[in-house]
Amino acid sequence: MTDMPISTAPKRSLFAADARTVRRNRAERRFRAYGMAAVGVGILALIVLLVSILGNGLSSFRQTYVSFPIELTAERVDPDGNRDPGEMARVTTFGYLPLLAAAFEAHLDAEGIETDMGVRELAAMLSEEAPAQIRGMVLANPDLVGQTIDAQILMGGRIDGFFKGRVTMESAERDSNVTPAQLELAQILADRGAVETRFNWDFITAPDASGSRPEAAGLGVAIIGSFYMMLVVLVLALPIGVAASIYLEEFAPKNRLTDLIEVNISNLAAVPSIVFGILGLAVFINFMEFNQSSPLVGGLVLTLMTLPTIIIATRASLRAVPPSIRQAALGLGASKTQSIFHHVLPLAAPGILTGTIIGLAQALGETAPLLLIGMVAFVREYPDLMSVHSNSFPLMGDGATALPVQVYSWTQRSDPAFVERASGAIIVLLVFLLCMNLIAILLRRRFERRW
Amino acid sequence: MSMEDAIMNDMTQIDQGVAVDELKMQARNVDVFYGAGGGTRSAEDMAADKAITHAIKHVDVDIADKTVTSFIGPSGCGKSTFLRVLNRMNDTIDGCRMTGDVTLEGENIYDPKVDPVQLRAKVGMVFQKPNPFPKSIFDNVAYGPRIHGLARNKADLAEIVEKSLRRAAIWDEVKDRLDAPGTGLSGGQQQRLCIARAVATSPEVLLMDEPCSALDPIATAQVEELIDDLRSRFSVVIVTHSMQQAARVSQKTAFFHLGELVEFDDTDKIFTNPSDPRTESYITGRIG
Repeated sequence: MTDMPISTAPKRSLFAADARTVRRNRAERRFRAYGMAAVGVGILALIVLLVSILGNGLSSFRQTYVSFPIELTAERVDPDGNRDPGEMARVTTFGYLPLLAAAFEAHLDAEGIETDMGVRELAAMLSEEAPAQIRGMVLANPDLVGQTIDAQILMGGRIDGFFKGRVTMESAERDSNVTPAQLELAQILADRGAVETRFNWDFITAPDASGSRPEAAGLGVAIIGSFYMMLVVLVLALPIGVAASIYLEEFAPKNRLTDLIEVNISNLAAVPSIVFGILGLAVFINFMEFNQSSPLVGGLVLTLMTLPTIIIATRASLRAVPPSIRQAALGLGASKTQSIFHHVLPLAAPGILTGTIIGLAQALGETAPLLLIGMVAFVREYPDLMSVHSNSFPLMGDGATALPVQVYSWTQRSDPAFVERASGAIIVLLVFLLCMNLIAILLRRRFERRW
Repeated sequence: MSMEDAIMNDMTQIDQGVAVDELKMQARNVDVFYGAGGGTRSAEDMAADKAITHAIKHVDVDIADKTVTSFIGPSGCGKSTFLRVLNRMNDTIDGCRMTGDVTLEGENIYDPKVDPVQLRAKVGMVFQKPNPFPKSIFDNVAYGPRIHGLARNKADLAEIVEKSLRRAAIWDEVKDRLDAPGTGLSGGQQQRLCIARAVATSPEVLLMDEPCSALDPIATAQVEELIDDLRSRFSVVIVTHSMQQAARVSQKTAFFHLGELVEFDDTDKIFTNPSDPRTESYITGRIG
């Protein structure tokens, strides 16, 4: 009886899978299919996102211009006749508008293009920004007065949309801002080679423009604002975050207080970002009276928001350094600080960098807290991070806006051309994020290759 | 002649005429507790507390200069813990408390005036698992001299590095690739590199915590040979699971069991004529 086999199952061949194995294999195949389906859905979502954003936004990097000669008559642009830019600045854009309209009409006449539109209707084909463009050129170079210049004039948003396929003859019928006649004329001009659609540097460098002139709106101020904020976040959050993590991870005694701090840091990472906006509004603007909408305040708020992310990432990468390295250093007579700075920190650096850049990327895309501290303002002036001419608090920076906030405010505007602009701004934002991730990868490689 | 024979030969040579040198370190009435938290409770108080692990119980050990002392005993008997008492590595463990006196050349190393960092430069340590820094071989060895300011200039440092690597019997293998990462060496080479690193700070005592447990027999033989060599300059304390190893390399052997020091005597005597029945059972394989 002691030789009884444990199982009384009948002997079976290895070639025939039993029911249990078949079931198990099926479950395994099923699970793999779920995984592939999940990845497929993710990739599909990404493709849809990219296609829609690129489809909508790429056209904002191209802009339609019409070129014709303009005579800058002295009595119009320089009534005093002394070529002094200060005096000439008294002539506003309204002074340039008739000049421009007349030149456009004259150009059509010279080209022999017949049209029954009046001057006003013709001028409406050009951007409202065009007179300002010419005025800027004249003020920058007073020698132009009296000359006839061959200028590339920004065309109106609807005309631009017509060449990009957004506006059609049918939609123009129902549109109070453009008439089919204007579009036909634009087409004739284009056929004669007077209209050019070229790369739009102004989209990247120019400041925002008002709601009625989407063709002139650019991201210049937003990019500078975002850049300054990233600078503030990097300068503040990286050292504070790394120092805090090193202390908590390596030096702090394990007691109830440090447990409490730890839990709170994890909680802070999950606090909705708008709460940080309210905090920034209350502390930095109302209490400390820093300038509203300045990139410095934005940077401070984003620093608070990014700190938990950096601390958590840094602590994780410090913890991942094998304790044997610390012991080796201590065993050689290194002090705790030496063992951390000579051995642990360099090993943890790639992780810390990745965490920091993820935190920065998160901060770069953050909108809600910035709305609360007034960074949604319409800003035409290029800001300084530290400005001496600010009113309340010296060195506190001019007002600015930020990329995601610019996207937000453009989507609020009624002109459909801003949809294109907003998508274009998202592309710029994504390019920024890609660049940051690329830097993270490169730095990682560099640091890892050193050992 | 096989490696084994070579070692046995070496052994016999060394064993002849071993005179016990002067006293290097002395431990008196050492108790170690884990999970004791901070505070200044007395040893009796902590020993009575069931929540506290009493890892080392009233251990007295004398470590002689220029001698290899081995600690043997079953797993968890406290031999590694006691080893770490000797260079205050236990200080880095949370909740670990130690009572009793340990002196290095008559100076109490647990005196509040003593900086453990300075102590560890004098009492070097080699760990169970080879743990070279992820830096070049040169930087690994140069690290200790650098932080202790032992080299006046670069040439000096290079000399210390070479001397240490030679002493650790690894110079010939690595002299052409000092810039290669230390982590790229084989396990045995890594352990010898770690020994070179420990030797480079010119310690007076070298503690080794199972230095061969992660190595193959050939690398083990090399390290054992090295330990024997080191004896001419340092006092070496080695923790080992292998009784054969203790018999091969050491002149003094301490047998630990359940946190107590059961027997401490000349290695020959421990392995041939132990006075305690527990020692006898352990070395004959009946307990452990």
